[in-house]
Amino acid sequence: MDLFEYQGKQYFARYDIPVSAGGVATTVDEAVAVANKTGYPVVVKAQVQVGGRGKAGGIKLANDEAEVRTHAGNILGMDIKGHVVKRIWVENASDIKEEYYASFTLDRAAKQHLLMLSVEGGVEIEVVAAKNPDAIIKLHINPVDGLSLTAAKKAVVDAKIPAQAQAGVAEMLIKLYRCFTEGDCDLAEINPLILKPNGQIHALDAKVSLDENAEFRHPEWAEFMATIELDAREKLAREYGLQYIGLDGTVGIIANGAGLAMSTLDVVNQVGGSAANFLDIGGGANADLMAHALEVINSDKNVKSIFINIFGGITRGEEVAKGIVEAMSRVDLRAPIVIRLDGTNAQEGRDILANAGIPASKLTSKPTMLDAARAAVELAQK
Amino acid sequence: MAIFVDHNTKVIVQGLTGGQGKYHGLRNKAYGTQVVAGVTPGKGGQDVEGIPVYDTVAQAVQATGATASFVTVPPKAAPAAILEAAAAGVTFIVCITEGIPAQDEARTYNTLVRDYPNVRLLGPNCPGIISPGKCNIGITAGEIAQLPTAKGPNVGIVSRSGTLTYQALYELKQLGIGVSTCVGIGGDPVPGTSFIDCLREFQNDPETHAIIMIGEIGGSAEEEAADFITAHVTKPMSAYIAGVTAPAGKKMGHAGAIVSGGKGTAQGKMDALRAAGVRVGLNPTEAGALMADIVKELA
Repeated sequence: MDLFEYQGKQYFARYDIPVSAGGVATTVDEAVAVANKTGYPVVVKAQVQVGGRGKAGGIKLANDEAEVRTHAGNILGMDIKGHVVKRIWVENASDIKEEYYASFTLDRAAKQHLLMLSVEGGVEIEVVAAKNPDAIIKLHINPVDGLSLTAAKKAVVDAKIPAQAQAGVAEMLIKLYRCFTEGDCDLAEINPLILKPNGQIHALDAKVSLDENAEFRHPEWAEFMATIELDAREKLAREYGLQYIGLDGTVGIIANGAGLAMSTLDVVNQVGGSAANFLDIGGGANADLMAHALEVINSDKNVKSIFINIFGGITRGEEVAKGIVEAMSRVDLRAPIVIRLDGTNAQEGRDILANAGIPASKLTSKPTMLDAARAAVELAQK
Repeated sequence: MAIFVDHNTKVIVQGLTGGQGKYHGLRNKAYGTQVVAGVTPGKGGQDVEGIPVYDTVAQAVQATGATASFVTVPPKAAPAAILEAAAAGVTFIVCITEGIPAQDEARTYNTLVRDYPNVRLLGPNCPGIISPGKCNIGITAGEIAQLPTAKGPNVGIVSRSGTLTYQALYELKQLGIGVSTCVGIGGDPVPGTSFIDCLREFQNDPETHAIIMIGEIGGSAEEEAADFITAHVTKPMSAYIAGVTAPAGKKMGHAGAIVSGGKGTAQGKMDALRAAGVRVGLNPTEAGALMADIVKELA
């Protein structure tokens, strides 16, 4: 889950990482109220999860209330690369002496944590990596050991952070690493990490991505979850605990397992169709979950046919079949189903479907993934 | 021969008294796997359809001489269960648990590497391993796996995705091609066993004559495997990568499956594998058909 900048800053603050005083606003009046409380000058920043906000005019300096009104009015509702600005963050403007970059991620190839640190902050790190790779130092950290202050200090020196900022940046790295590990982040990035004229180190931006698998131990994430922007289909799927991603095709997809679901999208595409969604009902899916999955698919007006692709391992064929029968009695499905059922208890499942009295115009069974994809695409194009 | 497990492998099930643990543990046993004990803290002394249950892995190992464990406990408990098995002397741990936080997974993996270098972890979030006719640990339906033949050619399967592992087994069964061992390494960010670990074993396994690899978008494991194949694998291979049509920036179910910053795309992975001499199919059926060609050439 990617956080908005203001949420990232709130999260940083929990780990004692210094961020600017400010507040979030959804209207011009709220923005003015925040600015008056914070003190001028302020920076008005669009809250969208996409890079290049500054260039698009989504970040503006305001010296007084009138300027806050102008900028907030312009930025709210602005479209930045397809993201409409619904919230702005208004914060006290910082004096900047120098800009650095710091981030922690998991390096999947090395299976260790990775610190990236650079004296060239304030620009996209990919640009620095391409133009001047030597300006970024990379340090692997064994998750069992964690990051020591000694190692952080060495990294700071290796990155050629100026002497007056070294102690502050090293201390910041320790805090950011704590946020990354204890805070269960996939990514914790500060760009720019600034040195103020008074010598203080400060996070001017925050890019945080949280690992949703760790949600069970972070009750404080509830407020972040509440702002996730989902369409109606995705919202329903989330309530049911389904892995769903809305797409814009006409074949509704239900599969068990992420790999098979992805593969189902691919095969539908190869035979000339387009998928309306990605939906993984997961391992051990039962009748109830299948019924919910069909409800979600049915809520998508673009769906012209439904392709259920199940290969039972932990998921049992008879449960899948019961779910389909139940869903069809509960929901009036607008589109016909094509099903391919294999693996654990597949025959029991096929028997249940065959004996349920469902007309062939509403449900057909195909022996292979490719056959089923062709049939589903043909129905969608009728 | 098979890789990692065979008919002598004695297995304990951590979580045997739970719903999934009981179902799959008994199914593994019915397949012929030597499921010798279960472990559930507080339930020592009970049994699950004749399989004795112990409070700790150490007790189970001492009583049965098991060397492998099937971990099927919830995400919160899985890291401790894995480390308990390693500490008790289990050397092959299969963890099917889905939803373990990445930070826990990274710490668990690196603890194993440091403190128990002889222990192999398969997973988490994987379907397990099956050596047809010999041993099945995990959630694979054994009947979809084609038995290997004495003279071959037999195929080894390694896959990052659970259901696509079954799909690959199924494709080979339709074609009547024997499987030496099928390993599901799982789709999480820090898998205990990598493509490369399996490719090395298959290359060295005399019963394996060709290899199918099933990858998916995200990360760079397939590209690393391609480099390894170029340098070390002489057996013929076919492959399939899921997620050609996956939109960038969207996590496709698996924590590890995401195309970000133009990296981890299916196209990039297919190109890398083709450059390494692997025959790449555009869907699982095509990868199976390419393997049928290879088998014909070998026969």
